[in-house]
Amino acid sequence: MMQHKNIIAAYSIMILLIIAVGVLQSWTIALTILNYCLISAVMTIGANIQWGYAGLINFGIMGYTALGGLAAVLVNVPPVKEAWKAGGSGMVVSLILIISGVYIIRTVLRKFENSKKRNYIVAAIIIIGFVTIRYISGPAIENIEAVDPAKTGFLGGLGLPIIFSWIVGGLFAAGIAFIVGKIALGLRADYLAIATLLIAEIIVSIIKHEDWLARGVKNVIGLKRPVPYEVDLQGSTWFIDLVEKFHSKKLDLITSLSERQDVLNQLVIDASSVYVKLCLAGLFLTVVIILLILTQKALYSPWGRKMRAIRDNEVAANAMGKNVVKEHLLIFILGSAIVGIAGAMMVTNDGLFTPGSYRPMRYTFVIWVMVIVGGTGNNFGAILGGFVVWFLWVEAAPIALFFINFFTAHLDETNAVKQHLIQSAAYFRFLLVGIGLLIIMRYRPKGLIPEKINIK
Amino acid sequence: MAFFEGSKMTAGYGDGPDIISSCTINVDKGEIVAILGPNGAGKSTAMKTMLGLLNLKSGSVLINGEDITNLSPQDRVKKGISFVPQSKNVFAELTVKENLEVGAFLRTDKLDKILNDIYDLFPILKEKQSQIVGELSGGQRQQVALGRALMIKPSVLMLDEPTAGVSPIVMDELFEHIIKVKKTNVAIIMVEQNAKQALSISDRGYVLVTGQNKFEGSGNELLNDPEVRRSFLGA
Amino acid sequence: MDFINAIVLLLNYTVIPALTYGSQLALGAIFVTLVYGILRFANFATGDMMSFGTMVAVLITFYFQSLGISFGFLPTALLTIPPAILAMIFYMLFIDKFVFSYYRVKKSPPVQLAMVSVGVMFVTQAIIRIIIGPFDRRFFDGEKFILKANEFREMTGLNEGLTIKSTQAITIFVTVLVVSIMFWFLNRTKTGTSMRAYSDNEDLALLSGIDPKKVVLITWIIAGILATIGGVLYGLDKSYRPFVYFNNMLPIFAAAIVGGIGNPFGAFLGGYVIAFAEILVTYAYKKFFAYLLPEFMEPDSLMQLLSTDYKFAVSFSILVIVLLFRPSGIFKGKTL
Repeated sequence: MMQHKNIIAAYSIMILLIIAVGVLQSWTIALTILNYCLISAVMTIGANIQWGYAGLINFGIMGYTALGGLAAVLVNVPPVKEAWKAGGSGMVVSLILIISGVYIIRTVLRKFENSKKRNYIVAAIIIIGFVTIRYISGPAIENIEAVDPAKTGFLGGLGLPIIFSWIVGGLFAAGIAFIVGKIALGLRADYLAIATLLIAEIIVSIIKHEDWLARGVKNVIGLKRPVPYEVDLQGSTWFIDLVEKFHSKKLDLITSLSERQDVLNQLVIDASSVYVKLCLAGLFLTVVIILLILTQKALYSPWGRKMRAIRDNEVAANAMGKNVVKEHLLIFILGSAIVGIAGAMMVTNDGLFTPGSYRPMRYTFVIWVMVIVGGTGNNFGAILGGFVVWFLWVEAAPIALFFINFFTAHLDETNAVKQHLIQSAAYFRFLLVGIGLLIIMRYRPKGLIPEKINIK
Repeated sequence: MAFFEGSKMTAGYGDGPDIISSCTINVDKGEIVAILGPNGAGKSTAMKTMLGLLNLKSGSVLINGEDITNLSPQDRVKKGISFVPQSKNVFAELTVKENLEVGAFLRTDKLDKILNDIYDLFPILKEKQSQIVGELSGGQRQQVALGRALMIKPSVLMLDEPTAGVSPIVMDELFEHIIKVKKTNVAIIMVEQNAKQALSISDRGYVLVTGQNKFEGSGNELLNDPEVRRSFLGA
Repeated sequence: MDFINAIVLLLNYTVIPALTYGSQLALGAIFVTLVYGILRFANFATGDMMSFGTMVAVLITFYFQSLGISFGFLPTALLTIPPAILAMIFYMLFIDKFVFSYYRVKKSPPVQLAMVSVGVMFVTQAIIRIIIGPFDRRFFDGEKFILKANEFREMTGLNEGLTIKSTQAITIFVTVLVVSIMFWFLNRTKTGTSMRAYSDNEDLALLSGIDPKKVVLITWIIAGILATIGGVLYGLDKSYRPFVYFNNMLPIFAAAIVGGIGNPFGAFLGGYVIAFAEILVTYAYKKFFAYLLPEFMEPDSLMQLLSTDYKFAVSFSILVIVLLFRPSGIFKGKTL
């Protein structure tokens, strides 16, 4: 009972904080923060499944987020026909070669299980395959990237509504997580952390440098939103009427007709951006709620109990005939898939895909801070962590600026220290998040909303 | 008054239940004392308590009449009490010689003489002195473990199941080494599973049951006591 | 003649840069491996701690330059290494006292300490960026080259030039010196042996009377020396930019694990394994083969296995392969 009250109180404070931003700064900023909070919450649910349910450390969150973003591009952008003509066949052949190569290697591994020749054969296949694929794909890639490089220079996608990419992103992430899990899950916890961190770097560097796939660091812009555009809203009468009705009291006070029109226009512009963000928030909130219901159900199911048993005592669970390796792989895939969904959602929200922006600080470590601060093993906690940490991450600079001005008020405007500090205000977010993490780990190691001990 | 004595010791792990209660064990210089008993009787716990690895709830530990009840294990080592754990009792990544040198970490004098003494006691160690301990056989490792513990020239040597997991031949060899150590006027306490063999080289023995002294006496007395025979020696 | 030209080409573009980069990685990797072996956690603040030491050196260098102090033909930054090391050690001990020691005394699992080091990473990055900012800083001064390409050509009459930058020579020399002293200390002194004993078997080390506090203290001191020197050498050779230092943590981790984590000598070699792999796999061999092969066989492609964009990816792939086939590392460290 205590815990329920705590959860409600914590979330109410969080919502009040966002409302405060709306009132004090602007509603657009508040809703931008809210949307990112919701996306972060999806990521923390994914990470929390892995860490909280199973004790797996996945420092590869960044990689799965990027895969989700890639999915958004490949689903939403219309296919670039010229590029397909220029090099599509080469890429398809290469893909078939890669798949068949993997199959051949698998059969070799099985057939020659006890033979010393095995490694040489596999090495030979890899080298021959690599050279052939380079030979075929090289010119194809060159041709594709030569097609209108300022705008396209890549194969494009399927031209479907971007919302499908949320599922595709999850599938992408799940597929890669399957491979990564097969490789790395046998490792001890801290090695797993390092291995996943490095593998994520590999994933991102491929997305960054294979321009034929998603333009690499040249970015993809103009992805189609699943919600209306501001410009369209500003032109439609129903929306203007709605805004007029909503603000009728305020507008009635203005007597001059032209002045009234100006004010109304401004209100419509503001409202259109708020409306769009609200629509997105609605979509994101739906995802969060669906995931929350599913993960809560899973947590209290026999399967959830089994996972916790494995987490708390792997040896005993193993001895009791639970297949620890299989369960770990499954949960690794599930968690990564959820992160992939979040990655696609984020690109949907931004409307653009910028592979250069995927850095481990922002997309792995900050997410981990969210999970730890919120409460490991507790989904409500993890989501709260996503909200709190993202809020701090964004609002740290204004808060820092306020305190810098407060403490240096007696100093002259031209004081070097004061100027330097004001310029550095943006970096206080690292300090705030870092110290926050250290304090939570020291004094509340189970997080703001800890895992409940007695689950019936 | 014995040279080294734990008297009426009561202790347990953390806030858990008492593992030993009012248990008394003592040993004199040049004497081997065996602690015997069924599984879970608190044999190792009694020994670890005398070393200071567990906090006493009541009772005291004395060496040469000095109360060391409140000293940390490290400080007890400085008083000349050396301990050989049951497992992980060597530095597997270091050479034989380095193991011995680490054993003498607290000594500030030249190590040549004491090293030679140890090599006299365990000739095989001299031969293998620059080999990595992880590459030695089980019996040789146990000798390294003993050698390391003897480097501080202890007055008390405590052995936790020194023969666990070694073959019978190696066991006999180890017991011979332990007798050799005893002859250098060291007080030896050992916890043993192989009760018969242990008693045959011990001067005295304690039989613990559920953390309390059940029987005690000289090696022969215990070996011939019908009740001890029936319950612990399997004959 | 063509053969010698080909060799010089490889020396100039792969071997010397790889030895330099490998040395910088090696110092970091030994730092990682020592902290892992003795303090028993994967330190995710590695890159940023190196960055901190370098930042101090950069600031003192700028100060010296403004005073007109210089080190002759050598870079001024070399003079600033000792005070920078002091600052680094002070910072590390401060962090250890207020952050790490609590978990060490409680015997928390390594994972928790690793997570705490993430917190330290954030804080250290913030401090660095607030003090010096995120920008690129060049602090190299002094003589730039030991051997210039055209001088070499004139000397030998070869087509290919061999350049040796002074930062490359300094890096390799200082690394060999520092690492030799460190291995002498670890293997030949009583304190060094006690540290290896503590790393190998903590409980038995305590029973042998080794003082854990002293071991921890000396570990941080060595770590501070390695981190600062590694960071300053990298900064001299390339440039100092906080973000790059954070990223360098990744190949450094790879080097430490490839070498067998907990094994300092393995980490040392691991640094070179990673560096050579990165450079050899991404080097374009076209010119090299042009020297060696008859004219009609000259390749027309670049003869590059992977584009240089994948430098990091190469070292990480090596790590993955090592983890798959030899999880204790090529040179055997602690078992996983």
